[in-house]
Amino acid sequence: MNRFAALIDALVFMPSRNGKIRLLVEHFATAPDPERGWALAALTGALSFREAKPAAIRELAATRVDPDLLALSYDYVGDLAETVALIWPERPERSNSLPPSLDEVVEALRAAKRGQVIGLVEGWLDTLDSSGRFALLKLITGALRIGVSARLAKTALAEWGKAARPEVSVDDVEEVWHGLTAPYVELFAWLEGRAERPATGAGAGFRPMMLSHPLEEEDRAALDPAAYAAEWKWDGIRVQMVARGGERRLYSRTGDDVSGAFPDIVDHMSFDAVLDGELLVARDGVVAPFNDLQQRLNRKTVTAQMLRDGPAWVRLYDILFDGDEDLRGLSFVERRARLERWYEAVRPRRMDLSPLVPFDRWDELVALREGARENGIEGLMLKRRDSAYLAGRPKGPWFKWKRGALTLDTVMMYAQRGHGKRSSYYSDYTFGVWRGEELVPVGKAYSGFTDAELVELDRWVRNHTTRRYGPVREVEAGLVLEVAFDSVHPSNRHKSGLAMRFPRVHRIRWDKPAHEADRLETLAAMVAG
Amino acid sequence: MSAALHSNQGRPHPDTWIKVLPEGLYVEPGGFYIDPVRPVARAVVTHGHSDHARPGNRTVLATSGTLAIMRQRMGEGVGGSLQALDYGETLRIGDVTVRMVPAGHVLGSAQVVMEHAGSRVVVSGDYKRRLDRTCAPFEPVPCDVFVTEATFGLPVFRHPPDLGEVQKLLHSMALFPERSHVVGVYALGKCQRLITLLRAAGYDRPIWLHGALEPLCRLYSSLGVELGELRPATVAAKEELKGALVLAPPAAVADRWARRLADPVVAVASGWMRVRQRARQRGVELPLVISDHADWDELCQTLEDVGAPEVWVTHGREEALVHYATGRGIRARALALIGFEDEDSEGMPEKAGEGEAS
Repeated sequence: MNRFAALIDALVFMPSRNGKIRLLVEHFATAPDPERGWALAALTGALSFREAKPAAIRELAATRVDPDLLALSYDYVGDLAETVALIWPERPERSNSLPPSLDEVVEALRAAKRGQVIGLVEGWLDTLDSSGRFALLKLITGALRIGVSARLAKTALAEWGKAARPEVSVDDVEEVWHGLTAPYVELFAWLEGRAERPATGAGAGFRPMMLSHPLEEEDRAALDPAAYAAEWKWDGIRVQMVARGGERRLYSRTGDDVSGAFPDIVDHMSFDAVLDGELLVARDGVVAPFNDLQQRLNRKTVTAQMLRDGPAWVRLYDILFDGDEDLRGLSFVERRARLERWYEAVRPRRMDLSPLVPFDRWDELVALREGARENGIEGLMLKRRDSAYLAGRPKGPWFKWKRGALTLDTVMMYAQRGHGKRSSYYSDYTFGVWRGEELVPVGKAYSGFTDAELVELDRWVRNHTTRRYGPVREVEAGLVLEVAFDSVHPSNRHKSGLAMRFPRVHRIRWDKPAHEADRLETLAAMVAG
Repeated sequence: MSAALHSNQGRPHPDTWIKVLPEGLYVEPGGFYIDPVRPVARAVVTHGHSDHARPGNRTVLATSGTLAIMRQRMGEGVGGSLQALDYGETLRIGDVTVRMVPAGHVLGSAQVVMEHAGSRVVVSGDYKRRLDRTCAPFEPVPCDVFVTEATFGLPVFRHPPDLGEVQKLLHSMALFPERSHVVGVYALGKCQRLITLLRAAGYDRPIWLHGALEPLCRLYSSLGVELGELRPATVAAKEELKGALVLAPPAAVADRWARRLADPVVAVASGWMRVRQRARQRGVELPLVISDHADWDELCQTLEDVGAPEVWVTHGREEALVHYATGRGIRARALALIGFEDEDSEGMPEKAGEGEAS
């Protein structure tokens, strides 16, 4: 447990992606089987055992610590797992009993019956140090939340595997991943060059998805319209539906298993195929704003009410497997024909085909794209007719051509320091627009400017600070940021009642007086749907 | 401790002769203030941190270590006449006998032990109980009233062993050999203590210093604290600082000054680093829980060791310690002193100016 705890601690504080990969690589290289596999499972959310509820942890702590002191401490710290980890009284006899290994913890929890978990936890807390207690409590309350995605962990695996298997990419790891279960002994053996690549076969594993590049105007001029098919780019999240050998899984673009949150889709996957599509919320076939889908994302489970209010739908783009037959080597046109045939034959509920958009010349598409302001359409996709389904983001076969962004002139209100390389710069800006005589915040942006512009923005913030709140500086209403964003939605989390999607700094309007910035009414008029 | 010391028979209670005034804690029969926040005629100073030792007092009584630190930091403004009272020496001021006893906080730090009208009151100043090679260790003094600090007065604050924290730093340096490691430390005390901890752990390479840390390191060396080879970081080339260990005031580690370093790992050495969320909010990548203040267990142990039937709790999270002491049958109350700041509000990366009151 100590090594796992040290890893968790280091990951919690590591701001950079590369640094996190480095820490994970070191862990894979030094921890033995099966411990490293359990750690990997914990990080990727692949561990399942009986969890302990926060309330039970709090009750347990109150048996060891004065409840008033516990309450004062919890108020101060703000996180229950951390409070209990820090406050748990260490017993002098601790040194006589060894702390459990991660293997022991995982195995005991997997075998535990209801009612046994808290007793186990109590015994372990007595033998662990505070980092160990923190890792344990995070593990058993089922929420690590330490900024490591499944994709990042797999990237680190591929990176670590390079020593013995230089040919292995993260997509290879992805490909074998879902055929395997924790603690992944055969995966580590393969990456260490001690065993063959694990078979992927009929498992309900994730197949690395094919991704697109944004279409630049220069690119388009060089493209032959006859070589490309066009389809709408729907405004949901890309998913892969895998129904193989009786197993059913719904994966996000990065290979995270989101099946648990979307039983209304999984229930209807009574077929044997692997499909690529867009997950949406749709009522009677009408796509709802992205905001509605947002309510259902990042959840492990779902309530009956959520299923009723935001019914999920998948709009199909592609077919990767039909039964055992791997179609990924076929051309787009051939796969499309297979997809249509498959759909006619199966007619799955809660799914439909994303229609192709016929066109002969680019200017026809330009007009269509500009007109596409209704719900659910983010722009167009262009796919080379002769392109195979390739893992990753090859340049050339697929382009995304998003509709033009909306823009708004806003006023910088607050600035916050960035992380990692940007930690000495004020690089995250909260901006607002006018409502009467006051500014109301409408969003936050931390991209869209160059490094040189960041230096200037940082200097401006420092020279125009009016107040400080911890890491945040309030600035004079004196700098106009032209912000670009994809859409705007009603939101009860923001004072302005509106929230933007993908806001970024489009231009810094050093020249424009703040009072000429836009008003809240202007933004409200842009609300989608 | 004798029973007589505990009995109140015929003796004026200390709260009749020690008062909280706007200038600070006033000891009436001696006519002096302890760690006054505004200039006064007679000041007794527990240690050199800027929230305890302030300039402009007419007379100052402190240990010679503390006086040397005050002279170094304040120069001309240090005050009128300075008088040294070293550990173990006693001095009669008005109707009060004053003695200085080591507090173990920083070099020169002292508890002020006062006897008047048959009662003994100890004002702890800031203190800690663990080993510090840069200063004399804390000595518990039995007393009738113990005035204690409570900077880390919550049971979540338990400082782990120092050596483990230093090893965390050395491990990170081994893992990222091409990056600079910059550690935020208070100029007085924490800086020199961390250096001695590193040296004790076998780290013998040069340690690079932000300019603000140099004068006190020189002073410590001249007073016999071995610090090994130190070099100025401010003039060093970026290339030289790759893989180097750099110490800087907390305010500088994540600010413009740090841009000169090679992709730095930002560390801060402070008791506050115990709480992950707080360390993370401040952009600290490598938190080192090394403190010059007593942690919760040390605070509780100290109440036990001094055996005072009454405790006054100052600057910090008074509520929890008052609750704890009351539960142990000790009369306890919070003593609301103004002007004392803890690390929390001072010296962390957001605060301009140099951090202090470690």
